Amino acid sequence: MTTPAESKSPIMAAPAVSSPPFAAQLRRSLRRHPSLFGMPALLIASLAITVAIHPQFSDFDLQSLAMGALPLAFAAAAQTVVVISGGIDLSIGSVMAVANVLAASTMENATFGESLALAAAVMLAGAAIGALNGLIVVLSRIPDVVATLTSGFIWGGVALIIMEKPGGGAPPEFLNLGAGTLFTSWLPTAIILLVVAVAVIWIPLRRSKLGLQFYAVGSDRIAAFRSGVNIDRTRFCAYIFSGLFSAVGGLGLTMTTGIGAPLAGVYYTLSGLAAVVVGGVSLAGGRGGMVGPVIAAFVLTLIPTDLIFLNIDPNFGQVIQGTLIVAIVMIGGFADMARNRR
Amino acid sequence: MGEASLLLEVRDVAKRFDSVVALKAAALQVRAGEVHGLMGSNGAGKSTLVKIITGVFRADGGQILVKGATRSFRSPAEARSAGIVSVYQDPALVPDLTVAQNMRLAGASVDAVRKWLAELGVVRLDFSILVRDLPYPTLRLIDLARALASEPAVLLLDEITASLPADLSERIYAMVRHWRERGNAVIFISHRMAEVADLCDRATVLRDGVTVGVTERAHGSEERIVALMLGAETARAVAAASSTPASFRAPRDGQAALEVRGLRRSPLLNDVSFKLYPGEVLGVAALEGQGQEELFDCIAGSRRYDEGAIFAHGKELRLRHPADAIRAGIVLVPANRLLALLQQRSIRENIALPAFGGIRNWGPIGMRAERTRVDSAIARLQIDTRAGSELRRLSGGNQQKVVIARWLASGFNTLLCFDPTRGIDIGTKRQIYVLVRELAAAGSAVLLFTSELPEIALACDRAIVLFGGRVVAEMPVSEADEATLLRSAHGLAPQARAVS
Amino acid sequence: MTERAKTTFSHVAPVLSGRGVMSLLRSQTLIALILLLAAFVAGIEAARPGTVNALWASNMVLFAAPLGIIAAGQTLVMLTGGIDLSVASVATASAYIMATHSGLGGLPCVLYGLAVGLVVGLINGVGIALLRVQPLVMTLGTGLMTEGMLVVYSQKMMADAPHVPKFIEDLGAGKFLGGIPNDLLLWAPIAILIIFVLRRTGYGRLLYAVGDNSEACTLAGIRVWRVLLVNYVICSLLAATAGLVIVGGADTADLSLADFYLLPSVAAVIIGGTSIFGGRGGYAGTIVGALILTVLNSILTLLDAPEPIRQILYGAIILLLAAAYTRLTD
Repeated sequence: MTTPAESKSPIMAAPAVSSPPFAAQLRRSLRRHPSLFGMPALLIASLAITVAIHPQFSDFDLQSLAMGALPLAFAAAAQTVVVISGGIDLSIGSVMAVANVLAASTMENATFGESLALAAAVMLAGAAIGALNGLIVVLSRIPDVVATLTSGFIWGGVALIIMEKPGGGAPPEFLNLGAGTLFTSWLPTAIILLVVAVAVIWIPLRRSKLGLQFYAVGSDRIAAFRSGVNIDRTRFCAYIFSGLFSAVGGLGLTMTTGIGAPLAGVYYTLSGLAAVVVGGVSLAGGRGGMVGPVIAAFVLTLIPTDLIFLNIDPNFGQVIQGTLIVAIVMIGGFADMARNRR
Repeated sequence: MGEASLLLEVRDVAKRFDSVVALKAAALQVRAGEVHGLMGSNGAGKSTLVKIITGVFRADGGQILVKGATRSFRSPAEARSAGIVSVYQDPALVPDLTVAQNMRLAGASVDAVRKWLAELGVVRLDFSILVRDLPYPTLRLIDLARALASEPAVLLLDEITASLPADLSERIYAMVRHWRERGNAVIFISHRMAEVADLCDRATVLRDGVTVGVTERAHGSEERIVALMLGAETARAVAAASSTPASFRAPRDGQAALEVRGLRRSPLLNDVSFKLYPGEVLGVAALEGQGQEELFDCIAGSRRYDEGAIFAHGKELRLRHPADAIRAGIVLVPANRLLALLQQRSIRENIALPAFGGIRNWGPIGMRAERTRVDSAIARLQIDTRAGSELRRLSGGNQQKVVIARWLASGFNTLLCFDPTRGIDIGTKRQIYVLVRELAAAGSAVLLFTSELPEIALACDRAIVLFGGRVVAEMPVSEADEATLLRSAHGLAPQARAVS
Repeated sequence: MTERAKTTFSHVAPVLSGRGVMSLLRSQTLIALILLLAAFVAGIEAARPGTVNALWASNMVLFAAPLGIIAAGQTLVMLTGGIDLSVASVATASAYIMATHSGLGGLPCVLYGLAVGLVVGLINGVGIALLRVQPLVMTLGTGLMTEGMLVVYSQKMMADAPHVPKFIEDLGAGKFLGGIPNDLLLWAPIAILIIFVLRRTGYGRLLYAVGDNSEACTLAGIRVWRVLLVNYVICSLLAATAGLVIVGGADTADLSLADFYLLPSVAAVIIGGTSIFGGRGGYAGTIVGALILTVLNSILTLLDAPEPIRQILYGAIILLLAAAYTRLTD
């Protein structure tokens, strides 16, 4: 054997340093979370385009935008939690619909106080539905795509049972929580609600051990298992949070539309997933945060808005959204390939 | 030695998966203050036993006793709290989290891990770096340090020195001895016989799911372990085969089957040039990370290179895809057979795969012709198909043979073997080397990289050494002893030779 | 010699035990599936005696055929480890475009319909095979795109109202020889062709190989992108074909014509034994899976329960079947 002096291997110069300078830290966060800087830029660009198309863009338009984007943002949040932990949830729209009709049917003749209590109950129900979804995915061992596609079908039926046709209502004070502005006419309450709801749920979650487990399971299941993480329990919990966010989204639907519609959810599953993809969260899991998808929800909602301003048939909106997803993922795929040129 | 000093005892443990019996009657006794080797060929049941001990699986029968008390673990966490911790080849670290987050995830104390990392020679590591941004050997050490930080009474190391450079392996050996001195036990699993003989006080040998013997450290214990692993008959046959010296080829004239000229690929390949002639086995020796993997991938067409040229029988090749190399008669047997094989498909489909490369072969298959080709390849390589026709039923060694059989069936001029015997039991290893020599004798050209230097002399006619992305030495096999290779592999000039 | 004999015998003995029966069933999943189908049919007969007769059976085949054709494409795609969520949109669009061009005559309008499948399949193929986009996301996007384009198209085409030609109606709803559904004339050859391709051709072998380990295929000299591209085109073409059959059996060509078929197309493949991860399975199981789902649907219709309840039950039973199947084969 050679003497130690001769067998120095090149890699043992381990990266040292106690506290890196600010510039290096900034560079590192940028590399780690590209969506953190890219998404706000995209939003500002989209807003700029909108204002350019329609210079009379008023605070009321901003309010409409916020109200329109609110449910989608929650759908995106729900999907983000599951995607980060390495899964997918194709039942989000249906759960939103259940929450929506549940709220609209029970709140129809309620007082404001009662409606708040009912809202809390609906959120609990959403979490319970999420738990059921989680149980199905984990216990049946069916791949989550199929399991949630099917369970979404089931929850859609449940929504139809609760309310056959669109209807119901809620007390005006409850509806005003979503409509209206605060402090200044340029700050819609919808945005405040969105930020508060997402922050209150996500920030503590992200910092907690469970949040860490979400990322771990999404990143490398085997390594997570060997590190002592209970994979099944973690995935189960992810679906609970997805159900919770979906329920909040359903409540948001009630607030912004004023009624319950059992078929409202169909659009949100796919668009929520689109927002996640556009928002820069990798479908492989283990990476990303809430900011990107939530902002992407606004960008996606701007599209039909812009179309209306341009006097183009808003039905094109779906075409454009679909095309946007396709274009973004194709460009992303192309960029990945160019970067990893063998 | 009294029963009381037994830290871990495995009695008569059995385990089956559906109809596959992994363990029939495994036994193990690990005392305090010893390093205990666990030996066995692939498929003998080692990894299943390890997983049962550490709580990944439950045994179907038998008992596990920890410090005299019968235990049954339902998870690695439970095993850890009983003082049994294992470290595997793949670091149990989540790539998208930082080191600190990984420690938090596993409930390990950052300070304790830092302390053990220092003992292993890693100081001032920034724990806020993402795991995926750290070099692989560092990750191994972090994994080991984390295991040590939980102060396990029984530390299980599974192939921990695989693919590690010599100096890091030395540090790990030192740590293993240190751990033993503290009154704990280390169960050590490795395919490197020299390591095992050097480190282990005793060794338990598994064969076909049964413990067939326990050896003590003594002169000649290596051969005894091999004999136990193989069973007496096979051991004798293997010994006979390996005592046939590699036939030295006369200097070749004529055209090179493969020529590499000035190959450059940043960051690891700087300027590689060599020739490989038909009928010879050319060995490549190199330490970790000197560009050998990139070199093989470039020749096989699965990686692009920046500069240089590759010639097959004098004709320059444009390699954009493995299909181009295969068309030129160059085929690759990679180290990681999982990369090359279709686990869920049959042996026949695996062997016949390359036949469907071109679109004109997408049509109906000529079944009889295919069967003939496949069966003759299986027979030629003596692939043991008793376990069934599904590929995953085969042992690691036989699976590696299937990779080679694939190329035998479809034809080739030049065979690139990248560490073909990594993680394979001794008996099959020898068989593969005999095969490589036969292929060369029949006229093929073979380029062989192995991470175990003594095996260069076993199989090759000539050897080149790669260091820093360049060929720094070339020698006939008669001069390619381990010491010379090692010196060159570290970039040192070979010892002065007597002028011939 | 004796060692070899011992090993073969040791394989036989376990089969005779109860454990052995389970593992036999596992490896002969097709038999298990057919038994399941028979159980459903027996259940119907027991619940409503007289229901099961030749007419009923021919109706089952009639309704199962379009699902079977869509599921054929889905099988091919899932064998490679992918999925195609755009099949429903493609089927609907193909039917609609065919119907709005029916004035051009039989063959041309069918070609227009199939062209939809070709175009969408190509887009899917380019994205998934060449640009390595995940199939789930890609087909989701193209599905949305197709659906949206159809809505816009339908509004612009108010003048040319969709009209389903007679021969399509015959195809989708008619029977011959007193009971054999016409669409079986389309489904049966497709089924035979697909089974032959999967079992006996190089292309079929490649589908399994790519689904099992596409890296290994590349190393063995296979240009994987070619296989995937062709595969997604075939899947969309099959979906487009199915759309023509569906519209034949429906009253009108409306914009949610084939929406219902998305979930069952995936479910039939999974229940039929193809793993969603690829590398394992086949079309024979999918055929039985499609029949099972069709019979299931008819059971639920017979129950006379309101639509939502039927929806819930359908979904729940699919879950049970898929779960049972996944547990059995793990």
